[in-house]
Amino acid sequence: MNSFLKYFTDIFHGVKSLLTGMSVTGRYFFSPGQIVTQQYPENRKTLQMFERFKGEVIMLHDSNNQHSCNGCGICENNCPNGSIEVIAARVPGEDGKPKRIIDRHIYHLGMCTFCGLCVKNCPSNALGYGQKFEHAVFDRARLTKVLNQPGSSIIKGVE
Amino acid sequence: MKEIINLPVSKIEEEEYHINMGPQHPSTHGVLRLVVSLQGEMVKSLKPHCGYIHRGIEKMCEKDTYPQLIHLTDRIDYLSAHINNHAVCLLVEKALEIEVPERVKYIRTIMDELARIQSHQLWWSSFGMDLGGLTCFFYGLRDREMILDIWEETTGSRFLQSYNCPGGVMQDLHPNFQKRVHAFIKTFKKKIKDYDRILSGNVIFEQRSQGVGMLSKEDAISYGVTGPSGRGSGWSCDIRKNEPYSMYGQVQFNEVLRYGCDTYSRYMVRMQEMHESMNIIEQLIDNIPAGDYSAKMKAVIKLPAGEYYQKVESARGELGLYVVSDGNKTPYRMKFRTPSFSNLSVLDHISRGMKIADLVAIGASLDLVIPDIDR
Repeated sequence: MNSFLKYFTDIFHGVKSLLTGMSVTGRYFFSPGQIVTQQYPENRKTLQMFERFKGEVIMLHDSNNQHSCNGCGICENNCPNGSIEVIAARVPGEDGKPKRIIDRHIYHLGMCTFCGLCVKNCPSNALGYGQKFEHAVFDRARLTKVLNQPGSSIIKGVE
Repeated sequence: MKEIINLPVSKIEEEEYHINMGPQHPSTHGVLRLVVSLQGEMVKSLKPHCGYIHRGIEKMCEKDTYPQLIHLTDRIDYLSAHINNHAVCLLVEKALEIEVPERVKYIRTIMDELARIQSHQLWWSSFGMDLGGLTCFFYGLRDREMILDIWEETTGSRFLQSYNCPGGVMQDLHPNFQKRVHAFIKTFKKKIKDYDRILSGNVIFEQRSQGVGMLSKEDAISYGVTGPSGRGSGWSCDIRKNEPYSMYGQVQFNEVLRYGCDTYSRYMVRMQEMHESMNIIEQLIDNIPAGDYSAKMKAVIKLPAGEYYQKVESARGELGLYVVSDGNKTPYRMKFRTPSFSNLSVLDHISRGMKIADLVAIGASLDLVIPDIDR
């Protein structure tokens, strides 16, 4: 008799637990206000990333197209996987001595692991993070970027 | 083929055959290959084949300086990236005898517990999915998104944060951090009741997990099954409790132990640990002291020659770091004792004699992360 009773109580508890679970899913079904899905490609215009978001490493330029990178190469030394190459040039300075300035600051986005050491260790805070995150390209060569903009120069007094 | 068809049924059942579970199988959560030897539907034995995602992280660490190699430890067990970072930082600070500011300890502990919660959330999601409940997967990932947002706002990354650095953390907390954590805890305390209602009390789930994959306490100790999997067998192995680091010595929390030794116990340990983690965060979040977010460190960090060991409780168990230094700025040898590797070794032992469908449940209950095994 006992096993007979247990058989039916088991069925009852089983059905009850299934209905409990279905009530949870049913509640979400009837309350569309709780939907959290982002309609990603459609909401591109309004999509805002967080201000610290690490999309890519960029060199910060001001409105006069000037940056504060003096080409010291600390970012290159700190990079764990060789994503950064600093190619410096020497130009005659105002006092006649040759001055080290940056020629090209090359950044390989394809190798970057976003550890953040270059941005953290830059002595003149020349580097920062960009908000762009759609990096898919058809050609790998396009992932190699020159960070200093064409025609840019160094802010006076940073060297 | 024809011979097999013509065999009498009893003869077929005696035949032993092997199937590959993985390297591409939805329930192995990565590229893990299990060669399962079956008799009918019974698992006779199984052999894990590792190495599909081996990246040589230990060797790569030998060429990197200590601040540089932190970003590699993110990629060992990506679900507890903060905890892995924390382990390296603790080791370097122990070797250099640096006392980090109080604020750093608070930040690291809160981040570790957030990592534990999100890891368990993803584990719960995939556990439900492995046993056929796809709803769990959506619910778990939905709630996990809140933690990822908290991290993205403070650290800049959702997943592989590299937030800790020797001596402190990379950036100070974002001003919204406390508000967001409070909002998360308030929301998640409601949502975790849904978790219980969907899965914990479900009759199908109970029958597939109770009494499945029995792992005795002696076996757990001898195989080194640490973390929630070991605590489901009643082995008190929580490093946060036994050898407290950071703030764990000063907060009140219970070590979750279950004595059922089966898949269901391991499940319940993790569910309860999420409550405990929220409890720890609630104690710390309002009392974060002001101060520096990093101690003063030298530009080049050189560990004194010698051997160092540091262990922390990651979301999956004991993560041990062993470093041999010869006084240079890079380690001479770096060895990771990762929890998933030891937990995988017991899979053969506890799944023998079980059905192949139970193997999926057992594997999910051990919470294996494949890059943690291969590293």
